[in-house]
Amino acid sequence: MIKATNVTKRYSQKLALDAINLSIPKGSVYGLLGPNGAGKTSFIRIMNQITAPDEGQVYFGDRALQPRDIARIGYLPEERGLYKKMKVGEQVLYLARLKGLSTAEAKLRAKKWFERLEMADFWEKKVEDLSKGMAQKVQFVTTVLHEPELLIFDEPFTGFDPINTNLIKREILRLSEEGATVIFSTHRMESVEEICDHIGLINNGQVMVEGPLLDIRKRYQNGTYSFVVKEAVEHWGEGTPLQESKHHTGHSYTVKFENYPGTVVSELAANGTLVAFEEVLPSVQDIFIEIVENGAKLVPHE
Amino acid sequence: MNNPILLIIQREFLSRVRKKTFLLVTILGPLVFAALLIVPGILASMPEDDKNIIVLDEAALIIPEEGRGEYQLEYLDPRENDLATAKEFFAESAYDALLYIPTGENWDPDFIKNNILLFGKEDPSINMVQFLDGILEDRLNKQKLLRNGVDPEVVAQSTTQVNIRSYTVGEEGEEEQQSATGLKMGLGYIAGMFIYFFIFFYSVMVMRGVIEEKSSRIVEVIISSVRPFQLMMGKILGIGAVGVVQFIIWVVLSGGIYLATTTLLFPEMLAEQAAVGPGAAEAASIQGFEIFDQLRAINFPLIIGGFIFYFFAGYFLYSAMFAALGSAIDQEADSQQFMMPVTVPMLIALVTAANVIQDPNGPLAFWMSMIPFTAPISMMIRLPFGIPIWQVFVSGAILIGTFFIMVALAGKIYRVGILMYGKKITWKELYKWLRH
Repeated sequence: MIKATNVTKRYSQKLALDAINLSIPKGSVYGLLGPNGAGKTSFIRIMNQITAPDEGQVYFGDRALQPRDIARIGYLPEERGLYKKMKVGEQVLYLARLKGLSTAEAKLRAKKWFERLEMADFWEKKVEDLSKGMAQKVQFVTTVLHEPELLIFDEPFTGFDPINTNLIKREILRLSEEGATVIFSTHRMESVEEICDHIGLINNGQVMVEGPLLDIRKRYQNGTYSFVVKEAVEHWGEGTPLQESKHHTGHSYTVKFENYPGTVVSELAANGTLVAFEEVLPSVQDIFIEIVENGAKLVPHE
Repeated sequence: MNNPILLIIQREFLSRVRKKTFLLVTILGPLVFAALLIVPGILASMPEDDKNIIVLDEAALIIPEEGRGEYQLEYLDPRENDLATAKEFFAESAYDALLYIPTGENWDPDFIKNNILLFGKEDPSINMVQFLDGILEDRLNKQKLLRNGVDPEVVAQSTTQVNIRSYTVGEEGEEEQQSATGLKMGLGYIAGMFIYFFIFFYSVMVMRGVIEEKSSRIVEVIISSVRPFQLMMGKILGIGAVGVVQFIIWVVLSGGIYLATTTLLFPEMLAEQAAVGPGAAEAASIQGFEIFDQLRAINFPLIIGGFIFYFFAGYFLYSAMFAALGSAIDQEADSQQFMMPVTVPMLIALVTAANVIQDPNGPLAFWMSMIPFTAPISMMIRLPFGIPIWQVFVSGAILIGTFFIMVALAGKIYRVGILMYGKKITWKELYKWLRH
């Protein structure tokens, strides 16, 4: 859906994006992750054509990104806001028409969305009379109303209350199922882990790692396994226990091995104490820390 | 059709025109303006209470003058009263003032003039003092002339008031127009002030709009749909349209109110004006024709056309600068320090207005109307005086050229500024954005 090649963006002193290459597959839920100031927002603004890259090229579909593509993108910026003095309905129509919808079409769709999110009675109100949660819903509707093929959410879950967060998460996943490509940009990596199928990790303007989330987590598997056993285990052979806990069904251990712990597993299985055995995949957070400390791992050749 | 600039213009226009404050200002504006024109007239035409002045005229200077208008004079007998008894009488009486004219030795006019006293129950009004001054000076002058052996009648007949009638001659000497310097001065001043007011008012409105979008954070959503330059131009054009509509309503309403009230409240005044015609006294008729001649001497199409042109050109120039300023700051409170340097050229044009009027074709007037930042005001001041038409075109061309340059520069600052938060902006910073 989006492909960036050697995209570079410089601000007076700072290199915000350093020749990044990213590819965001069509239909994916893509996590654009990295700490604050990593360059996420710079890249998002380039996709939205708010700013232009100094070097490099962004492709939308199979051709270069064009001004008219903005009608196919929905963007919820980190800094959110609406015209305070304007009525909700008018405002939604205005923003939709700026994205190229006709008034009639925009009205039809907006009414549907307002029904669906139980906000029909907002229509005639001014934004300044809405609660924060209500305004957030309105903002969400303005982002998706023109049925964009690409949805970009910058720090979507900060500032939303928990109820709206769930509601909006649900709606976004529904849009994704209907075929939209979704980009989540956030520095709170744990908040999107469960919903993303692809990620790109950015730090200091560079892409550290990118690809399907599961592949990456597997690649960064570092020999950690979890065991649930009926009786306490004293010796783990070559393994180093990292964590252990006792609960009513037995004992849980997290153990790190250099190699696949086949012998340990078969021993435990043989004496009948092994209840569960699982490979522990690192969290995105762990992977990020690992990369920052030790550098990225190369993609293994198969 | 969804032309984004048109959509933005439409929103900027409608969101302002539909505001209650717009209605209020638009309707109250002409009322206030009309009131400014009419109220002094009403007040001046209201009959004042008569003021009765009791006079102790020991010098027999103004007896038997009875007073005029609201000032009525009555006399105490100088043979039966002196100042002390007169004051006593005055204090107990209903008179408003006591005038005391002493006689002194040998009836010396210089002694008299320095020793006339006026007592009032409250501070005597300037009008009353002027009225009395007039009578007293007239009498003393006559007495002095007589003492010097001059017949006051001769002096009265010899006193002359000069009336210069000035004409401007067209370039080929084909046309004579009676010039009307006073009328032109007034027109120039008013046009210049209006231009200043309009440009400033609506440019600041643009700045406010930019700051509003920035501080409510909607701007990033908008510029993900339209280019920043389109947003800026849409805002400038939309608010310009508000200005035009407001101006038209003001002109129509002010004119209407003025006409209505003058017909209703002062029918006798209009009747008097109507009487000034062929049948009326000769002097009055000449005066009436003079005003028509003067009005004919003024090129109204040029002035109205000029006003519209210079308002738009000046507004575009300044609103672009104000839009750039608005984009650079987060809150309106921060705007003061930046607004000052931007408005200085307009203030200079206003301050030099008197000099420009005195010599509308002098070098100061010429250069002020060529420099684009002062041209809208200075040129409007000059236009009623009739200036070489090439100057109007050159000044207009410079103004339009500068406008395009300024819009391009402002667009650059705007583009960077609207996404910049929490930064205290300096002029150096703005310069850096220009080079982005």
